[in-house]
Amino acid sequence: MIKVKINGQEQSWDGDPSLPLLWYLRDELGLTGSKYGCGQALCGACTVMVDKEAARACITAISDVAGREVTTIEGLHPTGDHPVQKAWRQVNVPQCGFCQAGQIMQAAALLNQNPKPSHDQIRDAMSGNICRCGCYQRIENAVHLASTGV
Amino acid sequence: MTIIANPDSATSASRRGFERHLKVENVSRRAILQTLGLAGGFVLAAPLLSRPAFAAYETGAGKMPHGTVVDPKIFVSIAPDGIVSILAHRSEMGTGVRTSLPLIVAEEMEADWTKVRVVQAPGDEVKFGNQDTDGSRSTRHYLLPMRQIGAMARAMLEAAAAKRLGVPANEVKAVNHEVVHSASGKRLGFGELAADAANQPVPAVDSVQLKSPKDFRYLGKGQVSVVDLHDITVGKARYGADVRLPGMKYAVIARPPVTGGKVKSFDSAEALKVPGVEQVLEVKGWPWPSKFQPLGGVAVVARNTGAAIKGRDALKVEWDDGPNAAYDSVAYRAELEAAARQPGLVVRQEGDVEAALKSADKIVTGEYYLPHFAHASMEPPVAVADVKGDKAEIWAPVQSPGGTREDVAKTLQLPPENVTVNVTLLGGGFGRKSKCDFALEAALLSKTLGAPVKVQWTRDDDIQHDFLHTVSVERIEAGLDKSGKVVAWRHRSVAPTILSTFAAGADHAAPFELGMGLVDMPFEIANIQCENPAAKAMTRIGWFRSVSNIPRAFAVQSMVGELAHATGRDQKDMLLELIGTPRVVKLASVKDLWNYGEPYESYPIDTGRLRRVVEFVAEKGNWGRSLPKGHGLGIAAHRSFVSYIATIVEVSVDDKGKLLVHQVDSAIDCGVFVNPERIQSQLEGAAIMGLSLAKYGEVSFKNGRVQQRNFDDHPVVRIDEAPLVTNVHIVPADADTPPSGVGEPGVPPFAPALANAIFAATGKRLRALPIGNQLAT
Repeated sequence: MIKVKINGQEQSWDGDPSLPLLWYLRDELGLTGSKYGCGQALCGACTVMVDKEAARACITAISDVAGREVTTIEGLHPTGDHPVQKAWRQVNVPQCGFCQAGQIMQAAALLNQNPKPSHDQIRDAMSGNICRCGCYQRIENAVHLASTGV
Repeated sequence: MTIIANPDSATSASRRGFERHLKVENVSRRAILQTLGLAGGFVLAAPLLSRPAFAAYETGAGKMPHGTVVDPKIFVSIAPDGIVSILAHRSEMGTGVRTSLPLIVAEEMEADWTKVRVVQAPGDEVKFGNQDTDGSRSTRHYLLPMRQIGAMARAMLEAAAAKRLGVPANEVKAVNHEVVHSASGKRLGFGELAADAANQPVPAVDSVQLKSPKDFRYLGKGQVSVVDLHDITVGKARYGADVRLPGMKYAVIARPPVTGGKVKSFDSAEALKVPGVEQVLEVKGWPWPSKFQPLGGVAVVARNTGAAIKGRDALKVEWDDGPNAAYDSVAYRAELEAAARQPGLVVRQEGDVEAALKSADKIVTGEYYLPHFAHASMEPPVAVADVKGDKAEIWAPVQSPGGTREDVAKTLQLPPENVTVNVTLLGGGFGRKSKCDFALEAALLSKTLGAPVKVQWTRDDDIQHDFLHTVSVERIEAGLDKSGKVVAWRHRSVAPTILSTFAAGADHAAPFELGMGLVDMPFEIANIQCENPAAKAMTRIGWFRSVSNIPRAFAVQSMVGELAHATGRDQKDMLLELIGTPRVVKLASVKDLWNYGEPYESYPIDTGRLRRVVEFVAEKGNWGRSLPKGHGLGIAAHRSFVSYIATIVEVSVDDKGKLLVHQVDSAIDCGVFVNPERIQSQLEGAAIMGLSLAKYGEVSFKNGRVQQRNFDDHPVVRIDEAPLVTNVHIVPADADTPPSGVGEPGVPPFAPALANAIFAATGKRLRALPIGNQLAT
């Protein structure tokens, strides 16, 4: 039995311990905010935070997060008003929106580590997250905005 | 009582019979399977307006399957609390259409946008009109119908208020969610009027007056965010992948690695040992060419997607590779090149190109190769189906809700009335989700299993089994006279056709493909010949955002750069000289000119507008500015989806061949527009997609198998290589200019502008994409 805290709630899993966290979140718990985009940590659509650090849920086995604290987009802020979320809305970042939960979690994790990233640091830190619609300019601007006060 | 509460009560429920036949002309991406006969619903036609709002213009909307429906009782409902619900009948894949079409209705009916809720319509084209969200058509086909719907709803509200107040209808006026009688100062809210308004007769479409553009609160202003913005940022927006039903099974499918192949045998023993795997079964495939039908294969069904994927990894399948096992991209390119060097089917002919080339002082030849591209939308194909008895319900991210309904009905042999297609948000589409094979897979599996099923494509599945963008060789020979004037232009375009996905042996382009940058090439040259040699398809070819315009614009606009270099002229000056005098291009020699399905009178090829976007972008983007060493500027312009776009790209290439895009400026003339903020986002995105396909875009085959699988060997552009700045400039349009496409036309000019910039920076002329390591020194 694996115990893990997800968005502040204790959960337990007695199935396959190698099950990727992403499918546990999405299919077993119904937390569908984290997305599947590649399954190999290449696109970042599944990004969550494990103990405040960004992690790719698609290659993180549920056993790897035993006893740890996982935050998904649903748990980032109780009213959805994390500075990154607010900045995202102010800049009208999304097009299709599918990658955005992962982008937002990556950006929030970046600001945890580095509250005032430069544009180069933003482009570097966000480079694991693909947006096929091409919202990159706005992502960069929104992270910058979030870091300077929304 | 609302204006309409229950969509099922609508009157037009009877299905019109439509002859199905394969005719590929004036068609949507699924109408390839459908008739071009008189479509149902309201056909947008001329004499609508008695006062100068937007002038009436005719579009091709009426020729789309099921045409256009203009009925406020279908599209608008008002609750007693005043909340106005407006149906979005097109699919949202990131263009903003789910916001912009309802916004048009709200504008005309004087609804307060903060009191509007958008409701996504299911697939039902008899009720809603055509729903194929493709071809960059939504605004150009629906601006006027949505305005009419809004104006009709407003008239019904005003009539109800006048009756209630006992005053003539012309004394009341709807203003921001109320109807006001200014003489008495009385005001009635939309909610208070809902029940009475619903009982008013629906006014005739040509009896209602549209608002004057000067009174617009929302249209053209760009101050309205998309309706799903908040949900997207908190993870609540629901895509196809996010649908969950009680008792739902999760399935992934192992599909034949070669298009047209099938299962020979399989061994499920190891797969069934994977914890969570419940069942392994064969799924039906269709013979090549399979249209939008599933490819077949072996499905692994499990309690969650992770288990299904793991089970599939453990599955052993032997395949019969079928007729395309020899497909080899290296060999195929050589075949295309050979074909492009021989005369082909002549599809446009003006003057005598052969003679003009013979007598030319100089001939500049460019032969350009563009490989297959994969769509790679961030949400891979996915669908949920629940088939019970003689009823089927689907939840899917489809660009073709109506077509999906028809195809599910046919595949399950059910009447379409028994099939419900719920349209979720699409995590990207780019043309891939115009083809509903993934929904058909889910439907077939659900029927077999007797339970709701989600079929999830992995990224590998998506790249390996896409309906790919074609692969092409474009060869252009330009003859110049002694003065450097271009007097002859021969363009041979050879590429497998989308028709081949529908008809065995189809090997020449359809009019809709010829009309994307080949026969509609607008240059003012005395002798022009366009040819289309044959090409045999060996995989599924489909529509990819902007379709054949990508290779044609790349070739034509690269050739402009080559000619500028050959004659020592500025690229922009060369481009303007070739475009020539402002005029409407006459294409008398072109049979079946497609023109994106639009009447030529409303949407002619207007070189004045093409010149204007070039001049506009040159001015706004500061063409000719001085640049640091190693930098270069490139320009390209292209008309597609009846819009005009010009793009300037500034690049630098360092001594190791590393490419950086410093600035992009794009100017678009898309006629009258609804939401400039979303036009800007579409063009920003088009630059990224254009850069992706130029740098990396390639799906190649060996032994019939796709050689790429995921974002490691099929990279796309990431944020750290995105242009440093992208500026979008919208050419102001007067209210009489019909609206035209936005979603696709930004893509085609990007890659040639980039190639021209790279040439300016380095002197290297790129004639084949992707760039890959061609810049390495």
